[in-house]
Amino acid sequence: MTSTETRTMSLTLRIWRQRDRTKKGKMVTYHVTDVSPDMSFLEMLDVLNEKLILDGDDPVAFDHDCREGICGSCGLMINGIAHGPEQTTVCQLHMRSFSDGDVLDIEPWRAGGFPVVKDLAVDRSAFDRIISAGGFISAPTGTAPEAHSTPVPKKNSDAAFDAATCIGCGACVAACPNGSAMLFTAAKVSHLGLMPQGQPERDSRVLKMVAQQDAEDFGGCSNIGECSAVCPKGISMETISRLNHDLLGALRAGGVPTS
Amino acid sequence: MPLELFTVGEPIADTTAPRDVPLPDRWNERKFRARLVNPANRRRLSIIVVGTGLAGGSAAATLAEMGYRVKNFWFQDSPRRAHSVAAQGGINAAKNYRNDGDSVHRLFYDTVKGGDFRSREDNSYRLAEVSAAIIDQAVAQGVPFAREYGGLLDNRSFGGAQVSRTFYARGQTGQQLLYGAYQALERQIGLGNVEQHPRTEMLDLIVVDGKARGIVVRHLITGEITSHFADAVVLASGGYSNVFYLSTNAKGSNVTAAWRAHKRGALFANPCYTQIHPTCIPVSGDYQSKLTLMSESLRNDGRVWVPKERGDDRNPKDIPEDERDYYLERNYPAFGNLVPRDIASRQAKAVCDEGRGVGPNGLGVYLDFSDAIARVGQAAIEAKYGNLFDMYNRITGENAYETGMRIYPAVHYTMGGLWVDYDLSSNIPGLFVIGEANFSDQGANRLGASALMQGLADGYFVLPSTISNYLADGPFPAVDATHPAAVEAEQSVRAQTERLLSINGTRTVASFHRELGKLMWDLCGMERSEPGLRKALDRIPEIRHEFWTNVKVSGEQGIFNQNLEHAGRVADFIELAELMCVDALHRNESCGGHFRAESQTPEGEALRDDENYAYVAAWEYTPEGEPPVLHREALEYEYVHLAQRSYK
Amino acid sequence: MTTQPAQRRAPKTGRFDNSVVKKTVMAVSGIIMILYLLAHMVGNLKAFSGPESFNSYSGWIRTIGEPALPAQTALWIIRLVLLAAVVLHFWAAISLWRQARRARPVPYVTKKRVQQSFASRTVRWGGLILALFIIWHILDLTLGAVNPVGHDSTPYDRLVASFSNIPITLFYVVSMVLLGLHLRHGIFAATQTLGQTNKRRERAVNGLAYLVAGVITVGFLLVPLSVAFGLID
Repeated sequence: MTSTETRTMSLTLRIWRQRDRTKKGKMVTYHVTDVSPDMSFLEMLDVLNEKLILDGDDPVAFDHDCREGICGSCGLMINGIAHGPEQTTVCQLHMRSFSDGDVLDIEPWRAGGFPVVKDLAVDRSAFDRIISAGGFISAPTGTAPEAHSTPVPKKNSDAAFDAATCIGCGACVAACPNGSAMLFTAAKVSHLGLMPQGQPERDSRVLKMVAQQDAEDFGGCSNIGECSAVCPKGISMETISRLNHDLLGALRAGGVPTS
Repeated sequence: MPLELFTVGEPIADTTAPRDVPLPDRWNERKFRARLVNPANRRRLSIIVVGTGLAGGSAAATLAEMGYRVKNFWFQDSPRRAHSVAAQGGINAAKNYRNDGDSVHRLFYDTVKGGDFRSREDNSYRLAEVSAAIIDQAVAQGVPFAREYGGLLDNRSFGGAQVSRTFYARGQTGQQLLYGAYQALERQIGLGNVEQHPRTEMLDLIVVDGKARGIVVRHLITGEITSHFADAVVLASGGYSNVFYLSTNAKGSNVTAAWRAHKRGALFANPCYTQIHPTCIPVSGDYQSKLTLMSESLRNDGRVWVPKERGDDRNPKDIPEDERDYYLERNYPAFGNLVPRDIASRQAKAVCDEGRGVGPNGLGVYLDFSDAIARVGQAAIEAKYGNLFDMYNRITGENAYETGMRIYPAVHYTMGGLWVDYDLSSNIPGLFVIGEANFSDQGANRLGASALMQGLADGYFVLPSTISNYLADGPFPAVDATHPAAVEAEQSVRAQTERLLSINGTRTVASFHRELGKLMWDLCGMERSEPGLRKALDRIPEIRHEFWTNVKVSGEQGIFNQNLEHAGRVADFIELAELMCVDALHRNESCGGHFRAESQTPEGEALRDDENYAYVAAWEYTPEGEPPVLHREALEYEYVHLAQRSYK
Repeated sequence: MTTQPAQRRAPKTGRFDNSVVKKTVMAVSGIIMILYLLAHMVGNLKAFSGPESFNSYSGWIRTIGEPALPAQTALWIIRLVLLAAVVLHFWAAISLWRQARRARPVPYVTKKRVQQSFASRTVRWGGLILALFIIWHILDLTLGAVNPVGHDSTPYDRLVASFSNIPITLFYVVSMVLLGLHLRHGIFAATQTLGQTNKRRERAVNGLAYLVAGVITVGFLLVPLSVAFGLID
């Protein structure tokens, strides 16, 4: 474990700089040296930013918070791949995945539904609005029955959990050639639709959520699968099939897309 | 205690818990005695909620469901990002589904004992009492807790508890519970009952005629500084572990909202009570920005050791058995590797201080699985802990099945916080504080799987019941941004922002944060001593002075400026650090997460001093240069018997 | 600037504004076309039984249902259904394409593919080329307008005439390969869109997509290649 101590790297970074939502952006080149392979990608950007601050330059803005892969704040396009070469979040990507001398293009998520706020930070409030449209079970505090009153088959509960692990980072949208948020939407439709508690609103939920995803300038799904391939939580394409199934069922039952 | 550190003010007391009825009846009695607001009037009452974690999110949703007008503020882009999302282990509830003798009283007792007899009986009892309803609520929302094949909820024993009362959703319990609250909140936002303010940071509290009536905020994207008003303000802004710079908290977690309220008169209680978790991944270099916790469950199968010789940097596999020191097994033959968090943490520090630590900077100990792998096979270990081994591999690049893990303690929770009474009201009328931001339920040490319980208890059940007693007097006279108190608060926020940007010194904000954090970790961390704390108290004012004369904050006020945000938070951490050290120095006893070198048993264990320190230390803010004022709240134990902990 | 977040946008409430509905239209119209293609392919293989068999099959299509129905009724029903399928398939494709363009107003400077297949990536351009192919194909072999032997000929003559011509054959071959790719992705996508895939079925669905795409492609290539290589004349 002492072998990595002395080996450091130098990298060329080409980073998207954009002052705010209304200004035009461009790629700007930076050089970072003494990068340790044990650094996380964001720690490497921290080092760059401290240098920029001391030089009197504007540091690069990027969203981040927990830095342990669960809050979903971070997300960068690194050399054209959402969250970079490993299937994880950027905060859990370490510099040992790169080599000395690499040139890295770093861009924000690009989607009509995710306008750039500054540099690498984007506005993902469209995701909240999709949840707000129907991604819940209406159970006001105080109304809950005893937890054991409805057993849930373990198989369903586990599948619901798998879908519920979505962290809302937006990599699916960023990677999708259509800029579609269908994997995000489908993960929540699956999570709630697989639980008995979620049945009463199952039809209206899928109708409202899909109507909202379409309204937020996200594209439609064309079943390509880039989303699932970059998802840090490995949400499966199966969830989209389930969403489609539920939506068609809801329409057959006389449901109307609405919110 | 020398007088220059602090002065002693009037004692305080909680007057809202109905002490005239037996403990088990007090919460019901309190709800009965509290005045109510009729549903039609609730629409005329507004409540500001700061934060969207388990406490804030659940409170905002619930208050909106009840019909109040809620204004919810958070600094992240989405309510779903609040740091509660990162909690791994689980949530306790006295359901007794395992028929193993659990009860509300037992959970209450365990909480008070686990808190090393420094929490309020009333609050801890209520926490245990509402715990079961939290599980019902979460299940109704669709939280996918782990289940057994029969379809019923699974439980596990956690943190050395003798009963299985912990509900969990794999290693992501916090995430799933938070999403439950988040979805309930989003539903209310969709219904128009909650006004949302994302990416907005609270920077001051507006107090009008002695009542909390609003907050001053900065919109983090536009830099706009505005005031917002309501009939009550609820702070759910989390803990302050990031005063140590390196902690398991999210990078954005901060004390600013709570600290600014403290500067407006809210008492800050027990700031020195911090919890240190023994099984985190060690620091790998100076660039390190945060620490990652790994579930304590690893200690069930891993053996903790360091080399007997200092400076032994051989590959651990090459160090023969008789040259290893399994120090926990040696010192605590009965509990071995499963001693409580505080003991495991302190012991790791002790061997590293002796120079026997391992890893790049000597701050680590081995957690070795080779015996377990030899006993049950790698496949069995993989099935149990595979995700943790993967996480370790991702962060360190090492294969822990072969080399074992290196672990080191890290700060991850703060029991201290703003002082509140049984109604969760601070000493400023109209200012309520919930979740980790208050001090109330955990005492000097928090049990595993209790943080999620407290956040949700406060947000779903306690606050919505108690706040009506206060709001029954409302609506209060309208206040707007032209009110002198609002003008003054807004101006002070602008002044501070401008001052930070104008210093243009030579050191970055991060360098101050790192220096402060290291100082706090070394001198006010796992073990505290009078000389060390005095040294810290000499140094912190110097750091503060240098910060305000030599910090370099980049950019402008009117744009998205993360460096400016950080600067404001570090400024508050510096002030908090000083109060923490004063609190730690004045509390000349060891209790829970607060270990004073001067107060230990002959065996080196924490020694409480119930005669002199069985109280809550609630501190009143005084301007720079004047010593803070200590208000004591005596802790009385009617239902539990004070005892010294022993794990030998 | 305002500190309030962006207003919630009005959701799309029209049934046919819904992207999943559009995809369903695409899936169902695609399935209709696949069924037609299978029948068409089987019919084509009559070419191996000689001119008479092929020409009488061609005539039979025009007389299905006679004498109960007027001449060519069934044929026209098939033609109308097919035309509707093509139009709807096209409408859905263009509508989704436009939605996708709105969804990424600023392109990436660098974008890599992680797992998408050649088939899925080419499905839109391939579809467009196939549309052009279909127009030419009708002009060539159905109407004979652009056929070397003209419209005043038997279907078999037109078939042989076209595929004796190397450029025409090559265009046909390329189009059939594109068709195969289009079907490979399209069959999987249709199954997914109709909500019929899951982890358990994933291999089966992919297998089916390969099988149907392969059978149709090879089936359609047999006749022209046989003509080109002189096995049919």
